[in-house]
Amino acid sequence: MEALLNEGGTILAAFWMTVRLTAVSALGSLVLGTLLTAMRVAPLASLRATATVYVTVARNTPLTLVLLFTGLGIGANLGLELSDDIATNNFWLAVIGLTAYTSAFVCEALRSGLNTVPVGQAEAARSLGLGFVKTLALITLPQAFRAVVAPLGSILIALTKNTTIALVVGVAEASVRMRELIETYGDQVIEIFLGFAAGFVLLCLPMGLLFGWLSKRLAVAR
Amino acid sequence: MTYANLYERPGPRGVRRNRVLTALVALALLAVAYVVYVRFDEKDQWAAEKWTPLLRADVWATFILPGLAGTLAAAVAGVVLAALFGLVFAVARLSEHRWIRVPAAMVVEFFRSVPLLLLIFFAFFGSFVLIGVNISAFAAVVFGLTLYNGSVIAEIIRAGVLSLPKGQREAAYAVGMRKGQVMRLVLLPQAVKAMLPALISQFVVLLKDSALGLIVGYDELVDRGLNGIAANFSNVIPAAILIAAIFIVINMALDRLAHRLGASSTRRSASSARRS
Repeated sequence: MEALLNEGGTILAAFWMTVRLTAVSALGSLVLGTLLTAMRVAPLASLRATATVYVTVARNTPLTLVLLFTGLGIGANLGLELSDDIATNNFWLAVIGLTAYTSAFVCEALRSGLNTVPVGQAEAARSLGLGFVKTLALITLPQAFRAVVAPLGSILIALTKNTTIALVVGVAEASVRMRELIETYGDQVIEIFLGFAAGFVLLCLPMGLLFGWLSKRLAVAR
Repeated sequence: MTYANLYERPGPRGVRRNRVLTALVALALLAVAYVVYVRFDEKDQWAAEKWTPLLRADVWATFILPGLAGTLAAAVAGVVLAALFGLVFAVARLSEHRWIRVPAAMVVEFFRSVPLLLLIFFAFFGSFVLIGVNISAFAAVVFGLTLYNGSVIAEIIRAGVLSLPKGQREAAYAVGMRKGQVMRLVLLPQAVKAMLPALISQFVVLLKDSALGLIVGYDELVDRGLNGIAANFSNVIPAAILIAAIFIVINMALDRLAHRLGASSTRRSASSARRS
């Protein structure tokens, strides 16, 4: 217990980094995932093909490799500098990697949500004279979102846990702190592990409950 | 799956407009490709000597094949143990005894909500304090993969059992089977079969997660590729592309298998429904 009590401040700081990584990547994934969904159902075959290839590649590559690629490849090798401060730079590189990976899953969820929207909705929109973009943005996508609140919640929880892998890009989040603490307080491994595990349970449990409640609340009654 | 209901079939003007837009998309893609090309080119990542090593037999023999063997070894061990763990805990969570059901539920929910990397760290760095010996990186990775994916598999199998018609269980009891027999001979086989696509998707997750091994120094494909090949030929980008391609091919094959199994099982149940 001593380790957890002594280092409480630094542990909280590490978890704060986890929360920030999760929040920013979640926002990015939602935007990119929605865009990819729109591309996958677009009238242009070229857009559909681009999105399909992207989603296939991102979904089937290990996140470790995606993050190493953003860190070593894009960051170190291509010299993409997002900030002068190394820590901030690594943070944004990790966000890019997590977003690139997670948005593919958001796209898959949203696409299955589009399948739940009755054909009549889009047909009615078209008969009112709405084009593709308006039909999608005003009629079908909002309903699709409401149908996939629960899967999006699972993706968010998975993302929260996946932020631990950002350590390969050098972001000092919870898993890094846990490894350091185990090295310093070798005899208290169990307490340290349980403490960090509890941290993640505390982060993920409310999300699961919130999204469960939201999905019931927002479900489209048909 | 087409989404043609989202837009009208284009008329002559629409066809022309779509052609223009397609050209613009192609231009945008080319622009992105060009920027990437130039950026990589500045770092010489397109130079032939960075790519030719990937074709050499000795590079495959020293790096890629052993790495792939490491990845597959961890994945196969993980799949087998996670399936066992999943079966045991799915049955335990379905038990009618509260003192089995509740602890099993707690174990499953706990391991589902802890990041895999923390489990691997716990096993790898904590083993000496816990059991007095340092376990290998392989054991730590398999430990993590088993507990995390096993918990998810337990939930998949449990959902499968719960989705079976009540008559299955009742009929099994009616012909005089005991509780264990009902589960083992009637419910589990059907649940596993119904959930095969979901189980295979989880195996894809497991295979991808085995790449986490490189963080504790387990000798697997991503490690051999990015730290082995790239260190020798300083070709991070080509090596990463090759490794990603290998993973994508394996995972797509598994995905296709899952789809085929899913399609054939729905076909079977549909035809048997027709018969009855």
